[in-house]
Amino acid sequence: MRFSVNGTEREVDVEPDMPLLWVLRDELGITSVKYGCGIAQCGACTVHVDGIATRSCQLPADTVEGAEITTLEGLAPGDTLHAVQEAWITHQVAQCGYCQSGQMMQAADLLATTPEPTDEDIDTVMGGNLCRCGTYPRIRTAIHDAAARLREG
Amino acid sequence: MGRLKRIARRTFLVGAAALAGGVAFGAYMVRRPHDNPLAEGLGPDEVTFNPWILIGPERITLITPHVDLGQGTAHMQAMLLAEEMDLDPGGFETDFGPPAAAYWNTAMAEDAAPFRSSDDGLMARGTRTAMDAAFKVLGMQVTGGSTSSADSFDKLRAAGAMARETLKLAAAQETGIAVDRLSTGGGAVVLPDGNRLPYTALAATAATLEPVTDVAPRAASNWRLIGQETERLDIVAKSTGQQVFGIDVTVEGMVHAAVRVNPRRGGLNGYDASEAEAMRGVQGIVEVTDGVAAIADNTWRAFEAVNAVECNWAAGPYPEEQADHWAAVAASFTEERLDKEWRHDGDVPAALSGEAIEAEYRAPYLAHQPLEPLNAIVRITEGGVEVWTGHQMPRFLQQVVAGVTGHEPEQVMLHNQYTGGSFGHRLELAHVRLATEIADQMRGTPVKLTFQREEDFAHDFPRQISMARARGAVSEGRIAAADIQIASVSAVRSQMGRIGQDVPGPDSQIPAGVWNAPYAIPNYRVRAYAVPELAPTSSWRSVGASSAGFFGESFLDELIHAAGADPIEERLRLASDPRAGAVLEAVAEMSGWGRALPEGRGLGVAMVESFGVPTAEVIEVEATDRGIRIHDVWVAAEVGTLLDPVNFENQVQGGVIWGLGHAINCEITYAGGIAEQSNYDSHDGMRIWQAPRIAVRAVELGGPVRGIGEPPVPPAAPALANAIFAATGQRLREMPFVRAMDFA
Repeated sequence: MRFSVNGTEREVDVEPDMPLLWVLRDELGITSVKYGCGIAQCGACTVHVDGIATRSCQLPADTVEGAEITTLEGLAPGDTLHAVQEAWITHQVAQCGYCQSGQMMQAADLLATTPEPTDEDIDTVMGGNLCRCGTYPRIRTAIHDAAARLREG
Repeated sequence: MGRLKRIARRTFLVGAAALAGGVAFGAYMVRRPHDNPLAEGLGPDEVTFNPWILIGPERITLITPHVDLGQGTAHMQAMLLAEEMDLDPGGFETDFGPPAAAYWNTAMAEDAAPFRSSDDGLMARGTRTAMDAAFKVLGMQVTGGSTSSADSFDKLRAAGAMARETLKLAAAQETGIAVDRLSTGGGAVVLPDGNRLPYTALAATAATLEPVTDVAPRAASNWRLIGQETERLDIVAKSTGQQVFGIDVTVEGMVHAAVRVNPRRGGLNGYDASEAEAMRGVQGIVEVTDGVAAIADNTWRAFEAVNAVECNWAAGPYPEEQADHWAAVAASFTEERLDKEWRHDGDVPAALSGEAIEAEYRAPYLAHQPLEPLNAIVRITEGGVEVWTGHQMPRFLQQVVAGVTGHEPEQVMLHNQYTGGSFGHRLELAHVRLATEIADQMRGTPVKLTFQREEDFAHDFPRQISMARARGAVSEGRIAAADIQIASVSAVRSQMGRIGQDVPGPDSQIPAGVWNAPYAIPNYRVRAYAVPELAPTSSWRSVGASSAGFFGESFLDELIHAAGADPIEERLRLASDPRAGAVLEAVAEMSGWGRALPEGRGLGVAMVESFGVPTAEVIEVEATDRGIRIHDVWVAAEVGTLLDPVNFENQVQGGVIWGLGHAINCEITYAGGIAEQSNYDSHDGMRIWQAPRIAVRAVELGGPVRGIGEPPVPPAAPALANAIFAATGQRLREMPFVRAMDFA
């Protein structure tokens, strides 16, 4: 089975129904993608599949044949950071940090489609990403800040 | 060591055990310092001055023995050391260090003494000293009870100052320049001509010197890092996906394992693994206590395999149906079950001899469920055991692992890890024991056990279930009497019992936040009743005050409304501790208390002291077509001295969301002996769309430094219930509130 991860072609020999989450973590060693619930209820495993935020824990490996997968490591080119990551650092969003890769991947997707999100937009789109530490006020602030950074280029 | 170990296993904190500290061990054992664990295996030209600092030619390592659960304590501990050592962020590494008695928790010992935090009398001080002696001798290394800041504040500044002055002495010896002409900055000793001798270059010389110990820590007015807005040391790693959590660790040659353990917590009658054994990548199915484990070459394959095992479970030890759990709690308001009458001011029977206001409250079981599932890697060899996991009680972990493998506890090495949350979950050791049982059946091979979320829910040791029955009276617009009786299972006894520890004396957590309420109500009585063990329970962020605080502050509000008084004015009138008054005044000012509100809106207040921190919260809600909307929360907490303003705000906001989310949405209920909630689809806490704006203020009255991880939780639920009453006239006396109404 072949697909690209962060711009690099990868080939794996796994069961067709192994979720992409475990292909990334256990077969390819990409650990920014987190296991939280396994049933697409927490969003910790969020990656981009052909540019769209997707829960990798519910995505069978055979459905991503030929797809372009992006994880947080590949969100920005080279050693640069995406505006979302910069905002997450500036506002010190993370507490335990376990959900934050998924939060940032979802937020990046939101900003790609909605450059000036309202709080209601954020609540709607980010509602599937659970943070047990309760960093939501900072997530809202950071998303607005990232939106401003992206607008200013 | 053998005798001490037995004492350690039998005796644990709280109540009467306190006095054992000074008496049982003798002054010699109490005074004797613990060995510095860093002194073992010191490399060439490395130096350690104390258990928190290791300097070698290549790097400076600061040991932060309180493990980071997301509460930011690794950063805070490092800042305390760096402040005194004149280190800059980036100029050192941090490590959680090995399990060691030297890291005993003084602040937790003092908090375990059953006295009010404001009590500075002879008995209170003497008991705290005795408790610290006991914790020191027993080597009680624990992260918990919001004590990391309090425990570290003096110890780590002293450790840093000792290192700084000894390094200056080393520089003086190398250069011949008098110590008083040397200064320090940026990780180096600075000579009068401006030349710099990095600490790393001075380590070899410093190692030959007797450490300088008589150094006073710096005055607060000179702090560069403490109390300032600093960037958390882990914030970049956590914003780039590079933070390694326990679940991300790999060890050469390791196999993956998953377990299924009887969800009723009974035994295993038998199982059929034939289908599982034939699955791809599966290396075997083995038995563990009360369950089975699958071993495979990949986490998911281990999950799939263990789920394919057909298990025949025995019945469990507690009632199968939730209604029977509640019935057991309700039946425990008896003299026989009286754990302790914690407080009786005035004459409550006389004051309540006439007509009384009565109410009954309930708080359900709740799961911890941090987002990183439980996991542990264990490798067993003849010479010892290595464990990789994030844990709050490293020395108890050693005992549990050694109990399985037959090693001595000192032969168990824990590589403590950053964790994806805890909320009390990683005080438990069942998952570590299971990983050890599997690894013990394949010695030499590292075994990584990862819990499936459903397994984690099934074996979460939930928050205590509890009820309160309260009676009170008002007179001339004031509260005249309150009698609050609380029946609860003891989470502390349940938890400590699982690691073989008796907890003597009554459990002060059952009425926490109520028995110690800083109010001078003329007639006030608090009684706690211990419900015999039902489902096993454990410490859940803020422990007893998470339920008892709701009972006490809800009933107080009911009495205030019955008296026709103002909820903040009456609390202020009753406040018996200046810290309590200060936080109430702060939230009144922050929230604009008393302002006119639009129709359908209401303000509610609650103030609970837990872990020595009086915390007041005001909440503004609106009754909308879609349900109750929480618009704003204003919080003030008195922490003595604020060490880290960024982390303070983050912890308070997170604590409020934790308290509100579970109060509104969550409960664990049992049916057929099994928890009905098995994943975040049925027990998630709060989502972003329910999260209010939360404004936070630290009140610093200069008393002892206190932690903030837990104190914001207890006032959240009663402040919300009180606000909903103000907005709608409906009084909520049972959590979760979603049973009674919708929330937007």
